[in-house]
Amino acid sequence: MTYLAKPKLLRPDTPRNALGYTRRDYEGAISTLCAGCGHDSISASVVQACFDLDVEPHKVAKLSGIGCSSKTPDYFLGNSHGFNSVHGRMPSVLTGAALANRNLLYLGVSGDGDSASIGIGQFAHAMRRGVNMTYIVENNGVYGLTKGQFSATADKGSKSKKGVINSDSPIDLAALALQLGATYVARSFSGDKEQLVPLIKGALRHGGPAFIDVISPCVTFNNHTGSTKSYDYVREHNAAVNRLDVILPKAQIEASYPPGSLRRVVQHDGSILHLRKLGVDYDPSDRIGAMNYLQERQALGEIVTGLLYVDSSGEDMHAHLNTVEKSLNQLGDAYLCPGSGALAALNASLR
Amino acid sequence: MKPTDLGAPDYLHKVVDCQWACPAHTPVPEYIRLVAAGRYADAYAINWRSNVFPGILGRVCDRPCEPACRRGRVEEQPVAICRLKRVAADLKGDITDRLPRPPQQPNGKRIACIGAGPASMTVARDLAVLGYSVTVFDSGTSAGGMMRSQIPKFRLPDAIIDEECGYIEGLGVEVRLNHWVDSLRDMLAAGWDAVFVGTGAPRGRDAELPGRQEAAANIHLGIDWLANVAFGHTTSIGRRVLVLGGGNTAMDCCRSARRLGGEDVQVVVRSGFDEMKASPWEKEEAIHEGIPIHNFLVPLEFVHDKGRLTGVRFDTVRAEYDAKGRRSLVSTGAPAVLMPCDDVLVAIGQENSFPWIERDIGVDFDRWGMPVLDAKTLQSTRPDVFFGGDAAFGPKNIITAVAQGHEAAISIDRFCQGQDVALRPAPLTRLVSQKMGIHEWSYANDVSEDRRRKMPVRDLSATLGDVRLELELGFDVELACKEAARCLNCDVATVFTPHACIECDACIDICPSECITFTADGEEAELRQRLKAPATNTEQSLYHADGLKTGRVMVKDENVCVHCGMCAERCPTGAWDMQKFVLHTAHAGAEVTPV
Repeated sequence: MTYLAKPKLLRPDTPRNALGYTRRDYEGAISTLCAGCGHDSISASVVQACFDLDVEPHKVAKLSGIGCSSKTPDYFLGNSHGFNSVHGRMPSVLTGAALANRNLLYLGVSGDGDSASIGIGQFAHAMRRGVNMTYIVENNGVYGLTKGQFSATADKGSKSKKGVINSDSPIDLAALALQLGATYVARSFSGDKEQLVPLIKGALRHGGPAFIDVISPCVTFNNHTGSTKSYDYVREHNAAVNRLDVILPKAQIEASYPPGSLRRVVQHDGSILHLRKLGVDYDPSDRIGAMNYLQERQALGEIVTGLLYVDSSGEDMHAHLNTVEKSLNQLGDAYLCPGSGALAALNASLR
Repeated sequence: MKPTDLGAPDYLHKVVDCQWACPAHTPVPEYIRLVAAGRYADAYAINWRSNVFPGILGRVCDRPCEPACRRGRVEEQPVAICRLKRVAADLKGDITDRLPRPPQQPNGKRIACIGAGPASMTVARDLAVLGYSVTVFDSGTSAGGMMRSQIPKFRLPDAIIDEECGYIEGLGVEVRLNHWVDSLRDMLAAGWDAVFVGTGAPRGRDAELPGRQEAAANIHLGIDWLANVAFGHTTSIGRRVLVLGGGNTAMDCCRSARRLGGEDVQVVVRSGFDEMKASPWEKEEAIHEGIPIHNFLVPLEFVHDKGRLTGVRFDTVRAEYDAKGRRSLVSTGAPAVLMPCDDVLVAIGQENSFPWIERDIGVDFDRWGMPVLDAKTLQSTRPDVFFGGDAAFGPKNIITAVAQGHEAAISIDRFCQGQDVALRPAPLTRLVSQKMGIHEWSYANDVSEDRRRKMPVRDLSATLGDVRLELELGFDVELACKEAARCLNCDVATVFTPHACIECDACIDICPSECITFTADGEEAELRQRLKAPATNTEQSLYHADGLKTGRVMVKDENVCVHCGMCAERCPTGAWDMQKFVLHTAHAGAEVTPV
């Protein structure tokens, strides 16, 4: 944490994206989280991803619940729409917003308490309804704002800062998302931006329910020996299945890979996901295989990261509900409220 | 790449760009902080130790520090360092009780300094405080050398020179004025333990062109004419004046001429505007005073009417560069240009002149007539004779003369004490944490986004009427504080302790200039390409540290770090710290520590 705003001086060779913005233009207010909090790295990754994708800030809505994680949308995309909702209720508020205006990019930011404890029902239903959103959980395994009690994602047997052993079973949000119908499921680590930034980029361009579980160490309450969500532990047990590169439709493809090592996935909007295999022969299009793999590796104490599952042919909520193409604010009063004659006709048709 | 050794004094010194660029290595950020704190006398004392003439240099220094200033790399304009030095001098009050006192018992060694310019006076000061009996000889009527005779009073009033030379005389230095030294042999025969030659480059280069002899009455050598103006011998000049030359002397000439009745003063230069030797701000000031500068004109002849100068004829040239980048000025073939005038001031260079040094007394000269010297020690081929200032390696500037004076004083001291002159004392350095609290530092790390302040000046009509009236008014307290806040405190260094780092990326995320990267090690040239922002300025170092848990290395590009300390504020483990690097160059009397 620091009280000073970042100086506005820019280095003379500061890169600008296609819209003429610098990375700094995608930042928000100065973070008030603890120094060294993993969440700040996730904020920086969101900034980088939006900069790289030439995202127009006014076309983004960022929504969150309550908690350290849910404070972070204040620290990035300062020129975007934001809504800090009730604890655990981000998914339903976001669903409503998405129904009203489908032309925005929806970014839901939540934590393990917000999504796996009080808001687990909301999380589950947003996933199964197929809301077109990027759902990021900043997962540190503790309730940081209330001094570090175990959260619902804390591993059984892991030790709190006070020395208490957790006896409850953990919720694996990535496994749940897979089961509940998310069509883009990933796990990453706040301390590995090389992995995290492309995963966020792929999710933002996915066009369906995209879920990213980001292990994000709490430096103050969960970064000690015995924790399974500390910087050291995650680095030691990180088992990445692949590395992702997101290639925009207009970009030239330059990299060359040895045959068989690369999987290419074309998303709805034409963006291409290049998945480089890392050691294991992992198939990210096999949902059941992915669920099995996660369970297997978790039993061995490994933390599986990377793009775990992607289905670029899936449909989102708007397709399920056959909603109108335009956002409600562009339809006009006459269309939205066609008058009592239209209501009478509708009622008559249902009699 | 090899990990950086912060213990090597040059590494962090180089990060303090201004101090590194200053020939006398004045601790610039330190005195700027003191100015901001209103501690003007302390700020003056720091300057006085390093550069001897803060009031003088605060007005007329060549300012090598300013082009080097980091601020110029992250914003448009450097900090007005020189102006802030003047603030310290203007507002310091009485500092006499801070000046050192020479020991009660002189050490019995007698030193002669020839010339009372900046180099000699520096030698005198450094040695007097050690107990040496120093006598300075000068042919003029007052001390100061070229600072007195060549710099116009409207830039540097006499009172400032009197004050700062006075401090040195107050140390017991004897200044023998109106004393022309005409033989070094006689001087040496008088039994001095060492002789320092600081006689400058006193001879103006002449323009040997047709008509020079005939029209001599209205053709003046720039530095001689400036001296005559300085001492009140010359009080007027013709209405139309041409100044030949593009250096700072030419600028002083044209601006002086403007004040002595020259209504139509023009500068004519062989080279292009950008290649002119004059400092950019001196050119600006000349233009501001209504003096046009004409470029790419080479004088052909002085045109006269029976000995009365009527004009100068010029050939128009253009610059051509050969394969090695050497410039030659080639005539364009255009008809010669005649510029009418009443007087010409020739300011096309200065030369050294040592007619008073006999060539058979062991002091060797090279084929250009310059003394053969050891570049570091400034000792001549005769061990008891030392040179410094413009007399040593040709015309440079005051701050260089001061720096050479310090070095010569070290050499003279070591020579007189029977020590090896080639062994040089190391600078005094310190590196101390500036942390005061969780988010509190002993320096203002809130980076100012203000632009450089302009120097307030007197009304042009008033100053053009009086050649002795100082033009610049100096910063007042408010301007000084605003300008001082622009300093980035480059001497407060980012110091990284790898074994404390948990690699949480907090420093990378917060760094406003994106200069920190954690990555796999590599060779420097290759590493520079794959940092968070490519490090393209190879003149600036990379700070490299290994010993991280993941085996990666921390690489920081020093080029555009704004020293805001945010990395250290965001660091959860204190792996980053802001530590003040203090470096004082060694002066005479410092001990050489055995390696």
